[in-house]
This record gives sequence, C-alpha cells and structure tokens, in this order.
Amino acid sequence: MDETFYRENILDHARHMRNKGLLSPCDFDHEEHNPLCGDHLHLTMRIDDNGIIREVGWDGSGCAISQASASMLGEELIGMSLEQARKLDKQFVLDLIGIPLTINRVKCATLSLKTLLVGLVSSEHWENIEDE
Amino acid sequence: MAFDAATIRQDFPILQQMRSATVPLTYLDNAASSQKPQSVIDTLNTYYRTQNANVHRGIHWLSEMATELYEGARVKLQKFVNAKTRREIIFTRGTTEAINLVAQTWGRANLKAGDVVLSTVMEHHANIVSWQIAAEQYGFTLHYVPLLYDGTLDQATYARLLREENVKLVALTHGSNTLGTINPVADMTQLAHAHGALVLVDAAQTAPHFKLDVQALDCDFLAFSGHKMLGPTGIGVLYGKRELLEAMPPFLGGGDMIATVTLEGSTWNQLPYKFEAGTPAIAQAIGLGAAVDYLNALDLPAANAHEHALFVELYERLSEIAGVRVLGAAPERGALAAFTMEGAHAHDIAQVLDQHGVAVRAGHHCTMPLHQHLGIAASVRASLYFYNTAADVDRFIQAVYAARKTLVS
Repeated sequence: MDETFYRENILDHARHMRNKGLLSPCDFDHEEHNPLCGDHLHLTMRIDDNGIIREVGWDGSGCAISQASASMLGEELIGMSLEQARKLDKQFVLDLIGIPLTINRVKCATLSLKTLLVGLVSSEHWENIEDE
Repeated sequence: MAFDAATIRQDFPILQQMRSATVPLTYLDNAASSQKPQSVIDTLNTYYRTQNANVHRGIHWLSEMATELYEGARVKLQKFVNAKTRREIIFTRGTTEAINLVAQTWGRANLKAGDVVLSTVMEHHANIVSWQIAAEQYGFTLHYVPLLYDGTLDQATYARLLREENVKLVALTHGSNTLGTINPVADMTQLAHAHGALVLVDAAQTAPHFKLDVQALDCDFLAFSGHKMLGPTGIGVLYGKRELLEAMPPFLGGGDMIATVTLEGSTWNQLPYKFEAGTPAIAQAIGLGAAVDYLNALDLPAANAHEHALFVELYERLSEIAGVRVLGAAPERGALAAFTMEGAHAHDIAQVLDQHGVAVRAGHHCTMPLHQHLGIAASVRASLYFYNTAADVDRFIQAVYAARKTLVS
C-alpha cells in the first residue's frame, strides 16, 4: 500500500466534513463505537412524514477513514427514504470510500453504516450485514 | 477403494519414529490426544515464520494477515459443525474451558436454588466438576443419570428425572471416553426440550471421528477440543445458539471483549468477541483450521469403517485373554476399549506395554465417579484413530499377553 491510500476525496471529506454537528430536535438518534480502536459516531436525522430523510447531523471522533465515511454517507442519506436506508449494505459504503480496505480497516469505514443500521433495524441485522 | 491407513500414516511424522532401535511405536492413546499431520505442523511453522502478529487491532500488514487467518479458521469450524453463523463459534482453550464458560455465565444468569442440572455418571470430570463449582455458587442441585449394566444411560430414569425435577440444563457427553458408549444425544435433546431444559453436549470424543451437525442435533451448546482432532493444544470450541449467547453475561474480562470502557463501567462487544477476552490462541486456532481442512479432505465414513473394523478385532482378541475385563458393552460405541486385568494394576500394565512400544492411557481417565460405579480404581485404555493399522492391534495384543505373563503369576 502506498500514499495513494489516502485518496484526495477521502482527505477532502476528512478535512471538510459535511453535516457535522448534531440535530436537536431530531427523529433518529443513535451512537455506536468501534471496539477495536474506540472510534465513536453519533448520528442524528430529521425525517419527514413520507419517511424521507431530510437532514443529517453527526458528531464523532476517529480516523480519517471513519470520519470521511460518515461525511460521505451523510451526504448520500439526504433525500433517501428510510426503506432504502434500511437496505444499505457494506458494499455501499466501501464503494463510497473507493479504495481497497484490509479486514481491520473495514470496521473503520463501516462505523457510520453500523450506527445507521443498528439504530434503524437491530444489532443482529448489522452483524448479518457485517458477515456478508 | 479401501481406506489405506498405511499411506495416511505417511502424513504423520511422529508415527514414523521407533520407540527404540528394535521396537516400533504403537500409538493407542488417541482419546487423550491425537497426533498431528504435517499440514498442521507446517501451518503453525508458516504462521510463526511469516504471519505472526496480534489480531483485530493492528493496522499493519502482518496484523491484517493474522486477523484474516484467525477469522478464516472460525468460518472453517462453523462449517465443520454446521452452525448457522460464525458468531456461534467461540474459541476457548478446549472442552473444559468451554463447559466452564457455560456453567459460569449461563449458570450465573439462569440458575438458582430449586433448579436442577442433570449430568450423568459417565461424564468426564470437566462436565461434573464445573457444575459442582457452579452449584455451590448459585445454589442449584446437581443430579446424575445412572447407567445400565451394558454401559448405556438409563433412559427411563432420565425421562423420569426430566418429568419430576425442575431440570434447567442437561450436561451430557456425546461419547464416553471410558466406556466408548455413544449416547443418543439428538433424542435426549428432544426430550429435554419437551421439558423446557437446555442441553450442553460434550463432543470431545466424537468431534474427531464423526461429522457433527449442531442444527440436526439441535443441542443448545456443544464443546470440543482441537488437540484430539489433529489440531494443536490450547484451542477448542464452544458452539452456542446465538440467542442464548447474546443473553449470557461475559466470562473473562479484558481486551477485545468490550465495546466501551469507562472507569465507572463497561459495555460488551458483539459475538463472538464478548467471550474471547485477551489475545486469543491465534496460531492454535489457525492450526485447528488446518486440521479441519485435513479431516474434510479425508473420506470420513471410510475412515470410520476402518477404525471400527480395527476396534472389533481389538475388542474380541482382548476379551479372550484370561482375567481381562473390557468395560462397557453398548451396542453403539466409539473405537476405544478400557480394561482391567485380574491381579495386575493398570499402571503396571501400561508400563509393560510401553516397553513394547505401545502407548495407552492408565488411570481413571478423568472419570473417577464412573470407575467408582464400576467398582474399580483404575483401568487401561487403548483408543484408536484412522491412522492405526492391524499391525498396531497385533502389537498391542501381544504386549497385553506379555504384561499378563510378567505381572500375573
């Protein structure tokens, strides 16, 4: 692996994070940790009466990959229906990141998705997604 | 094609040794621990030479590789016992630790005064003592299913105990390490479930020989050891149904088992890591994965038929020897024979056998209650595996005759 690992897009999101800052009040509020390194993500969302995600606000701490993935996923979620969001899989986030990740770093990249899906569906659903 | 044990033996370097210049090595202590094929030895060697690092944490080449291999081994074990998900496979030090884990965590959350755990008289100490310790801690009562004369479990009493007592869990061996009896665990599990009791199966003696299917058995927990099935020591497996494992408190506290830690308290990691505190036995787990690969490549039904044919010959010829009593006469049994000889102690017999290059186990085989029930202090046990041959059985029988000549006048 060389320096191209930190693709410009990732660094851009990590430096200029989109939708950072928690929403209050909000319709969705969930926090998760990455037990391997202690990275933390808190995700809030406002959802309209038709079940469409209108606003996303998040806060967290962690590596460039975990923060960039939260920033990128947040942008994607705006305008998405909850029904669509529930069906997101690991590959969706890995494609956003766009670089091959090793087994221990996949956990960093998917922390934001884990926060979304554990909060939206269940931890068991997330574990099944993780094992795919 | 017939099973060719002579060729298979070439995979096991240790079996190529002589006991001494003129005496070949006859290894018949497989129920205690199996020998290891070259592929398992190579896997361990390669791991330590080229892949070694801690798992799950490191963001570096070696740690990523070690993590992939370690988690890959878990998936091999999941498929080996047909568990629904890899999260139901907890790596432990062995069967003993796996049973203690259930007794201490499921026991802590679920057992109290007035509850009953049902074990059996033929259990290995691991499946008795763990529950005795937990009974003292949590106040439940431990009962034992008795034996019939042929060395099978008394199923009528089992059914009565389930009916009349407040049984919460049945702790049952799949195969006896002394009598050889194979217990009807699927039927016994069905009956236990009908009375609202869970079932823990000790599969230490059967996992090396049979293709186990936890979903077909429908057992709630199943424990086995790596070293008896071609793998390294210090590694074993606890299988548990996911919903049960999810609800259980953790066993040991430490690294890798947490989600978050503050000085005030902690939350637990997801399965299976909740039960794998501290740096795990990484090389050993990967080695066990290689052992599973070896067993998967083997024609297991043919290997079983080979073992069974050897066992029948060993059993018949041993039974013919004057003063010898072979323990257990269950219709369905594994390829092992424990025996006593009138006028000779087990240790002395084993010593003479060793002089003839024959390795057996002598003592109570961690089944003291069973030996007490049979009215004997100790026995000698010869146990077979697929790499044994008719020549091994010949040398064993000749050595038993020699022991009799030396020890019984």
